[in-house]
Amino acid sequence: MGAIAIQPAGVKPVVIQPAARPWRQPSVIPGFGLTFGFAMTYLSLIVLIPIAALILRTTELSWQQYWEIASSERVIAALRLSFGASLLAATINAVFGLVAAWVLARYDFPFKRIVDAIVDLPFALPTAVAGIALTAIFDRNAWVGSTLDAFGIQVAYTWIGVTVALTFIGLPFVVRTLQPVIAEIDREIEEAAATLGAGRWRAFVRVILPPLLPALLTGYVLALARAVGEYGSVIFIAGNIPYKTEIAPLLIVIRLTEFDYSGATAVATIMLAISFAIFLVINLIQAWARRKFGNA
Amino acid sequence: MPDRVHDASSPGWRSPTAEAPLVKALLIGTALLFLGVFLLAPLITVFVAALSKGAAVFVASLGDADTLAAIRLTLLVAAIAVPANLVFGVAAAWAIAKYEFRGKTLLTTLIDLPFSVSPVVAGLIYVILFGAHGYLGPWLNAHNIQIIFAVPGIVLATIFVTFPFVARELIPLMQKQGSQDEEAAISLGASGWQTFLRVTLPNIKWGLMYGVLLCNARAMGEFGAVSVVSGHIRGQTNTMPLQIEILYNDYQWVAAFAAASLLALLALVTLVVKSVLEWRFGDELASVHR
Repeated sequence: MGAIAIQPAGVKPVVIQPAARPWRQPSVIPGFGLTFGFAMTYLSLIVLIPIAALILRTTELSWQQYWEIASSERVIAALRLSFGASLLAATINAVFGLVAAWVLARYDFPFKRIVDAIVDLPFALPTAVAGIALTAIFDRNAWVGSTLDAFGIQVAYTWIGVTVALTFIGLPFVVRTLQPVIAEIDREIEEAAATLGAGRWRAFVRVILPPLLPALLTGYVLALARAVGEYGSVIFIAGNIPYKTEIAPLLIVIRLTEFDYSGATAVATIMLAISFAIFLVINLIQAWARRKFGNA
Repeated sequence: MPDRVHDASSPGWRSPTAEAPLVKALLIGTALLFLGVFLLAPLITVFVAALSKGAAVFVASLGDADTLAAIRLTLLVAAIAVPANLVFGVAAAWAIAKYEFRGKTLLTTLIDLPFSVSPVVAGLIYVILFGAHGYLGPWLNAHNIQIIFAVPGIVLATIFVTFPFVARELIPLMQKQGSQDEEAAISLGASGWQTFLRVTLPNIKWGLMYGVLLCNARAMGEFGAVSVVSGHIRGQTNTMPLQIEILYNDYQWVAAFAAASLLALLALVTLVVKSVLEWRFGDELASVHR
């Protein structure tokens, strides 16, 4: 847009230059300065500055020192366990979470409201409580644990126990991202598939599942993100044997109690980088879903 | 009636867009079994283990001085952290929902950031900043202020991990509601503060409660972040979850589960209130079921 020329009768033209695009559009509602200023200050003090301090602390290490810590056997074993168990747990959740979300969105059965409400338990139950409860169930002296032990399967104090705890933690993410999307599926497309001769299974795989994929992927990645950083529910059931059942967040805590700040920050920045990468992936999935299916 | 017309109420008929009864039963069974093993069993275990030695032992273990101190500290921390994040959430939602400005998407994304950071890392960042060997450690030490291994550190770590709860509930809700109501109030001569109290607050009260509820549950139950900054001083810097860990590692099973049952009860109350809010005021919340 160019300059606007206003020419009242008999007066020489006045040229008004348009202002640069304002940073903020004007509004009649007061309080922008106060609320924005407070929100930014609080965000900076609580979140941004402390995270920046962590990153700054890491830069005090040389690349070689950093690499030595990051590539040490114990760190790699911990990261591998944290990642492997998280991937497995997220996969279990994707499969059974899809079934649970489908059942809750489509079918009626007794106590459905209670079942629906209890899906959010992992959000509400403190992780330490979940940790000791799961350990109590899967310990080889307890009822489920002893039954599995008879089949030679040991859950508590092994990587399986870690996976169990991470499955518990990630469960609601998958169910709650899928459930509303399943509820909103247009039944007419299923009817069309049936009319065109598709069996129920074929209709599910070819017609119903594709639009569910973005939500399923988002739930999967959210569960994964939560599981990689999880601490409280895991350390009780894991047994915490170095190189074997020691998760990465626990290694940070151990380094801290040894006053090895460099070791702690190095592992922490790796975790932070992983978190940011996952965070980015979620946003990419949602952008892709919006382009492809027109919803998030 | 011609036999080609299906009567949906007849027992032998099945809609072509429904699953066979056996498949349906199998799916429901799978879902219930999965949820039963992973969710219901731990919940029941907590209460069974807490009461395994009888009600008298249960009550006695809750009366322990260190446990009572932990309960008090947990309530204190939540009483500071939740209102702090409540004020932030309202301010951030007001700024984001009522105005158009550049960088808004970035701000909304940054508010969600604490959810993707590991709780242990959340604790660590404050140790790096305020700990004895941290950036501000020497200065704090010289002025006799202790943050790490003391209550302020626990409060900070709790604020960090519960940071987004209120804001992320209110932002989409206030964006959906728009600004017309507020603009009308302002044009009729109301002050900004009056507009907020009389117009905005009644519109967002259920969403606000929802956010506060979830924020409080996490604040009282946080373990990882608090564990890093607490220092585990018995009777002084142990919150409920940390006290549970100590009792458990001391092989005081019943006492650990008794303390855990209080937190499990809190979780149940949270779920009940949350469900009631969703059923009664679902359309006044940003999104039922996320």
